[in-house]
Amino acid sequence: MKNRLKVLRAERDWTQGDLAEALEISRQSVNAIETGKYDPSLPLAFKIADLFDMTIEDVFIHQKSAASLAASADDRETGPRIRSL
Amino acid sequence: MAEKMSPQIKRYMKRIAILMVLYLIFLFSGDYLIDNELVSGVPAYIIAILAGLPVAGMFWAIGMLLIEETDEFLRMLLVHQTLIATGIAMAAASIWGFLENFGLVQHVDSYWWAIIWFLGLGIGAIANKLTLGAAGPG
Repeated sequence: MKNRLKVLRAERDWTQGDLAEALEISRQSVNAIETGKYDPSLPLAFKIADLFDMTIEDVFIHQKSAASLAASADDRETGPRIRSL
Repeated sequence: MAEKMSPQIKRYMKRIAILMVLYLIFLFSGDYLIDNELVSGVPAYIIAILAGLPVAGMFWAIGMLLIEETDEFLRMLLVHQTLIATGIAMAAASIWGFLENFGLVQHVDSYWWAIIWFLGLGIGAIANKLTLGAAGPG
């Protein structure tokens, strides 16, 4: 699962260590989540989202959902084009 | 910068250190007493069991670390390590058992499977590092 953790952390000028300390987890865990090697449990995902004052969906990107959203966006764009032909 | 050791890792290290000391004491004193025929019968059995107990205690220490580790990612790494170690040790014991049974290889003392299990933990740590970017807790 992809996520925006690295970007969100960088925006706040936090190191992986700072984030690990705030979440009470190891720096290795932060690194594994950031690099997509490990998907956190639901409680940890909520904790991460809460820390950034966001929803889980704002932090973590479910690729299947992202793909279907992109497809429906394409449909929305393609629809009027077809009608205009 | 080196990371601070977590309290659960500190407890694990302390338990392993105590068990190692006990192991060395029981092993060398047992060796001395048995080799010089200073004990026999029931005391000899007790001495042999005492030498094995600290090794059994190391399995307990790893189990306790698994229970006490609060970091879910590190706990998963340790689970991977122990599964790989168990797979290697059990596979080695099974294959060697049949080789021995068919008279193709010489007898191996069964405590070697425990030693192979601990080596398997190391192999598990390497596998973790290669696939997940971190070896394990500690």
